[in-house]
Amino acid sequence: MTRLRRRTVYLLIFILVLFGFALWSVVPLDRNVLGREGLRLGLDLAGGSYLVYQGNLSDVEPGNRDELMDGVKGVIERRINALGITEPIVEIQKREGEYNIVIQLPGIADIEKAKEMVGLFTILEFREQDAAGNWTPATGTVNNETLTLTSRYFKENTDVAVDQYGKPLLVFEWDETGAQLSKQITTRLLGKQLAIYLGDEPLQGEDGHVIAPVVQAVIEDKGQIEGLSLADATELKDLLNAGRIDIPLGRWVNGEFESSIPLYERTVTATLGQDSIQKSIMAAGIGIVLLLIFMLVYYRLPGLVACLSLGIYGVVLLAIFKLVPVTLTLSGLAGFIVSLGMAVDANVLIFERTKEELRGGRSLGAAVEAGFSRAWTAIRDSNITTFIACIVLFWLGGTMGAFMVRGFALILFIGVALSMFTAITVTRTFLRLIVGSQVVTNPAAYGVTSVQTVRNTK
Amino acid sequence: MIDFVGQKRWFFLISWILVIIGIASLIISQIQLGTPLRLGTDFAGGTSMTLQFSPAVEQSQLREEMAKLGYSEATIQNAGEGSFIIHTQEITSDEAQALAEELGAELNSQVEVIDYYLASATVGAATARSAVIALIVASIAMLFYIVWAFRRMPKPFRWGSCAVIALVHDVFITVGIFSLLGLLTGLEIDALFITGLLTIVGYSINNIVVIFDRIRENKARGLSSDFAITVNSSIVETLGRCLNTSLTTLFVILALFLFGGATIHYFVLVLLVGVLIGTYDSICVAGPLLVVWERGDWSSLLPWAKTRV
Repeated sequence: MTRLRRRTVYLLIFILVLFGFALWSVVPLDRNVLGREGLRLGLDLAGGSYLVYQGNLSDVEPGNRDELMDGVKGVIERRINALGITEPIVEIQKREGEYNIVIQLPGIADIEKAKEMVGLFTILEFREQDAAGNWTPATGTVNNETLTLTSRYFKENTDVAVDQYGKPLLVFEWDETGAQLSKQITTRLLGKQLAIYLGDEPLQGEDGHVIAPVVQAVIEDKGQIEGLSLADATELKDLLNAGRIDIPLGRWVNGEFESSIPLYERTVTATLGQDSIQKSIMAAGIGIVLLLIFMLVYYRLPGLVACLSLGIYGVVLLAIFKLVPVTLTLSGLAGFIVSLGMAVDANVLIFERTKEELRGGRSLGAAVEAGFSRAWTAIRDSNITTFIACIVLFWLGGTMGAFMVRGFALILFIGVALSMFTAITVTRTFLRLIVGSQVVTNPAAYGVTSVQTVRNTK
Repeated sequence: MIDFVGQKRWFFLISWILVIIGIASLIISQIQLGTPLRLGTDFAGGTSMTLQFSPAVEQSQLREEMAKLGYSEATIQNAGEGSFIIHTQEITSDEAQALAEELGAELNSQVEVIDYYLASATVGAATARSAVIALIVASIAMLFYIVWAFRRMPKPFRWGSCAVIALVHDVFITVGIFSLLGLLTGLEIDALFITGLLTIVGYSINNIVVIFDRIRENKARGLSSDFAITVNSSIVETLGRCLNTSLTTLFVILALFLFGGATIHYFVLVLLVGVLIGTYDSICVAGPLLVVWERGDWSSLLPWAKTRV
C-alpha cells in the first residue's frame, strides 16, 4: 500500500508540473512560448483567402516537373511577399501526377489583386541601370528585333557548383538567342551591375541585399555567378529553371486548361471569423457549464474530480495546440468541443463501474481500483474505433485539400488520445488520494445511496 | 428490469419505418434533383457565398430577386440572423460582389459577402468519390477491429457484423433525414457532412462496443444460460453509462447548434441527429440483433411477419 501511495504522490507531482507548464504556456493565448507564436488560427477564424491552382505542365518533361514546381513555389512566394501580406503559406501538393499549388493568404483585403499577382507568368527579367539610376530592361537586337534578356533563354542545365575554394557558383548556359543577347549586353555593361527582376521587384538574397552581380567578362554561351551564398545560389537556380518556360496557373477541366481560374477559392472576412470565434466560445462555455453541473449533481465527489481532470484536460490540450502548433479552424473548434464531450465518457464509464462495485458491497478503495481496471477494455476499444474514423478522415481531407475536414480529424484525434490519459491517470490519481487519505468515506458522496450489505456469494 | 430484448420487434419496426422514409426520400430526390442528396459546392462545384444583410430580408424576397437577376437555379439556405448561404453556378468573386450589391440595392439593405467559396465541378466529383471510399474504408476497418477485439468469443465475426449493421443503419437513417431536409428546406450537404457522418460512426460504435464488452464479460462470468437474458441485463447494466455519455455529449453539441453560428450549424446538426440515433441503435438494435442471430430467429426482424410460436 505504501508503494502504491508513493507512486500516487509521484504521479500527482507529475500531473501538477504538467498542468503548471501547460498553464504557463497558454496564458496569455497570443504570447510567444519556446519560439512558438501564439495560438494559430485558420483562415475561417482569422479571415483570409485560400487558393488552389494547378500548373499547366504539358510542355515540361515529367522528369523535370518536381524541381520546376519548387521554382514556381519560390516565384509565387516572392510575389506574395511583395504584396506585403504577412505569413503567406505556399505549398505544392503532388497527387496522381498532378500538381496543386495551395496558397493561404491570411487577412487579405484585395483578393483580386492577389490573384492577379499569383497568376503572372514566372519569367525573370534582367535589368540594367540607365543614366538616371533607374533599372530598365537589358535589351539587345537579334534578327532586327529588340529583345529583353530573360530567363526564357537559359538552357535547362543551370546548376550550383563549387569553385576550388569551396565557394558556391551558379553555372549557366544560354541558348542561341540568349547567347547573342548576352554578348551584346555584357559587352556594353562590362564592370557594371546586372539585376534580376521578377515582375517589378528585384530578386533579393536571404540577407535582404539585391542580387545584382557585376559583369566581369563578356559572356557568350556559358557563364557563372560568383559571390552568392549556397542558399541564394540554390534558390536562384530553381527560379531560373522555372523561369525557362511559361507555367500558367489555372485549372484543368475535362482535359482543357483554363488559365488563371483557381481550382478552389475561399475568402472569409475577418468579421465573420471574429463572429465565429465569439459564438463558438459562448457555445462551448454554455455546454461545458451544463456538463459540469450534470457531473457534480449526478456523481457528487467523483464528479468534482472529473471536473478537475477535465479542466486539466482543456488546458493541456490548448498547450498542445499552441506548441505543436496545430492550426485551429472552425471545424477544429467543433472537434475540440466534441472531444470534450467524449472525454467525459471515460470518466462516466469508470464512475458507473465504481458505483456498481460499491453497491456490491466492496470497500471504497477496492471499488475505485476495480472500477478503473474493469472500465479499461471498454475505454480502449471504443477510443480505437474513434481513432480509425479520424485517420480515414485525415486521409480524406488530404485528397481534396479541404482544410476544414483535416482540422477536425486532427483535433478530435489529439483530444481523444489526451482524454484517455486524463481519465486513466489524472482522475485515478485524484480519486486514490481522496480514498487513501480517508477524508470522505461516506458512499453517498460517491453517488451510491443503498449499499447491499449481503455480498453476492457466488 | 426493462426488457429491451423482449421488445425487439417494436424497435425493429421503428428502424424499418425510419429506413423506409429514408429510401423514399432518396428515390424522390433522385427523381427530382438527379442526385439522392442535394449536393453542395464541395461535391457539385460552383460558387457558394454567404451574404449578410442588415436589416435582415425575407428568404422569399431574396429568392424572387435572385430569379429576376437570372439566378433562378440558385439554392438559398437561411443561416439565421440575416445571413443566407447561396449556391449558384460558378461566378468569380468580383461577380459575386456585384451581385450582392445589386441585391442589396433592390432589397434596401446593407449587404456584405462574408464568405466566398468556389470549387470546380471536376474536383467536386473526385471529392464525392473519396467521401464514399472513406465511409466504406472506415466501416471495414472498424469491422476488423471489432472482430479482433472480440476474437476470444465464439464467432467473433458475428459480433463485428452486428455492430457494423447497427452502424450502417445509423448512417443510413441520418443520410435519409438529410435527404429529406434537402427536399423540404433546400439543405445541401458538403464535405463537413461526411466529416459529421464519420464522427457519428466513431461515436455510435463507441456505444456499441461498451455494451458488447459487457455482454462479453457477463457471458464469461456465466450470468445466465439464456443468451437473451445475458444480453438484456448487459444492456440494462450499461444503460446509465450510455445515457449519461450521450447526455453530456448532447449538452455540448446542442449548445453549439443553438449558439455556434451559421457556418457550422448544419455540421453540428449531423452530429446531433447522429448521436441521438446512435444512442438509440446501440441500446435498442445492436444487442437484440445479436440475440436474433444467435437464435436464428430471423422472422422477428420483420415485425409484420407472424410470430413463430
